[in-house]
Amino acid sequence: MKYVLFASFLALAAPLSAQNQDLGQPIPEGGEVETIEEDGGLEVTVSFEGNLDDLGIAIPGFATDRDVATPANSSGTAALGKELARVITSDLRNNGLFKPTGPDALPQPGFAEITAPSWSTWSNRGAEMLVHGYVRGRADSKLTVGCYLYDMALQQELVREGWVVQPADWRRAAHKCADLIYSRLTGESPFFDSRIAYIAETGTKDNRTKRLAIMDSDGANHRFITTGRSTALTPRYSPDYKKLSYLSYVDGNPRIYVYDIGTGRQTLITQSANPTFAPRWSPDGRWLLYSMAVNGNTDIYRVSSSGGEPIRLTDTPGIDIGGSYSPDGSRIVFESDRSGAQQCYVMDANGGNQRRISFGGARCATPEWSPRGDQIAFTNASTFNISVMSPSGGNVRVLTNGWQDEAPTWAPNGRIIQFFRTERNSGKTGLYQVDLTGENLRKLPTPVDASDPAWGPILP
Amino acid sequence: MNTRIATGLMLASTIALAACSKKAPEELPPPPTETATPTPTAPTGPTVGSQAHFVDAVGQENTVVYFDTDRFNIDAEDQTKLQRQAQYFSQYQQVNFTIEGHCDERGTREYNLALGERRANAAKNYLVSIGIPANRIRTVSYGKERPVALGSNESAWAQNRRAATITIN
Repeated sequence: MKYVLFASFLALAAPLSAQNQDLGQPIPEGGEVETIEEDGGLEVTVSFEGNLDDLGIAIPGFATDRDVATPANSSGTAALGKELARVITSDLRNNGLFKPTGPDALPQPGFAEITAPSWSTWSNRGAEMLVHGYVRGRADSKLTVGCYLYDMALQQELVREGWVVQPADWRRAAHKCADLIYSRLTGESPFFDSRIAYIAETGTKDNRTKRLAIMDSDGANHRFITTGRSTALTPRYSPDYKKLSYLSYVDGNPRIYVYDIGTGRQTLITQSANPTFAPRWSPDGRWLLYSMAVNGNTDIYRVSSSGGEPIRLTDTPGIDIGGSYSPDGSRIVFESDRSGAQQCYVMDANGGNQRRISFGGARCATPEWSPRGDQIAFTNASTFNISVMSPSGGNVRVLTNGWQDEAPTWAPNGRIIQFFRTERNSGKTGLYQVDLTGENLRKLPTPVDASDPAWGPILP
Repeated sequence: MNTRIATGLMLASTIALAACSKKAPEELPPPPTETATPTPTAPTGPTVGSQAHFVDAVGQENTVVYFDTDRFNIDAEDQTKLQRQAQYFSQYQQVNFTIEGHCDERGTREYNLALGERRANAAKNYLVSIGIPANRIRTVSYGKERPVALGSNESAWAQNRRAATITIN
């Protein structure tokens, strides 16, 4: 009897371990970031009226009231203050909109100057804006970070905010400060305090290892999630960042799994022997779209993220795949070859009212609805460029011109698009981003080759 | 049962012979030296059901069918190859197999996964139509993830748009 019990236990345990055999170390969950009121602050109109990319911003090191030890920096809070300013400088510089000068080229203000800048120290440095900030180590080991933006011409404060973060989350305070400055000066929504899931690629073209990986929006805090034993593709963060859905060949077949970051467990998106592709979350995180091939015919399905019966949304012979919700969750843009070639279609969230929106002559693939709702980014799969169009299919604009660019994903504020570029012959891949205007194209730093970027929303 | 398969194969072969080869990619492996009739279970040869045995029996060029861009139809040339495979799988009824669907790199990743699945199923459906039981055939799509030709040109792409038959041991 004992032997029988033991055997059945093994039988139950085997599929679970097989399912997880490609997962690496679990990821520690991030802490909460508490926003605190900084006293003072007036509504002041920015004095600068030129182009933002000519706007000089001086960002000296953040001051500390007392240089104390912190897990965030082995040299203490004073050194951390400089690091904070470096991260903010690099955020604003890489964005391409401003001309920031970082702490390594500037004098270090004292703690008392943070709320009362020594204007004469900064006035002849060619900067129209001045950023000041402080970092304070708390008794509970958390950090308080304050961020102040001053208009040099007016000699007045434009905005201030403060945050309490876990030491491990110190970079988030820097990103929040960069977001505060960016939003105050451009009027746009923030985007730096966010993360990206993507596929890290190594090896030769005919023997490529593809691993699920995550990183902050600036490439920091990089982690591999899977070991690379099996091919992983097309990840998507849930809007609350608690789960990752992605395709894995871990059992030999392409299937979508949902990986719970907190528990380290992963489950199949649907219990079916059929291959599943292209996972997508609804903006409120309540629904997941996936595409499933039955006898070679692929259709789009919707399932509640808490489980339950899936609902089939498309029903045509041919490939219906992908899908991206409008920000209000009421509509879905997806791709289908029902007309004979890949084209983009819009339907209601329940699958009704399906209609084609792309008529430009080129193949339309991987459509992604902007978080602002006013644009749809897609891959022109005839020329392999990233393009945008209005939700009705008009006003098409081509943004990139690589040999093969594909798979656009939006910044949380809908102003920047990331995608991946493949090089001819070598098959090498990399992540790129470009402004909605088509300007400021740049390659993102990744430890190895990279594809399938998925930019999450602003961190909760 | 076997008679019906054999008759079907003969008929199909006759039709297929009339069709000319037109889209075989360049740089295919050399033609096999093996004759049409396999001589199995030779003491020193590959084991029945191994990929080597299958390749020896049907010829390497008959283990893979090729597709035009974005297409998944089984044309006359593909049918001839699949009939050759069907002869083998009729003779060795204990051998199950996988059909892998593949695409060239000039497609988006997710669409190619779905297209590879459609190609694998097209080959499977043809084999089923000429008498091979569906439950012996597994399909899997690798999309554009596993190219065999590594260049970025028409010739390489033609070799990568394929459905390859692999025996399951």
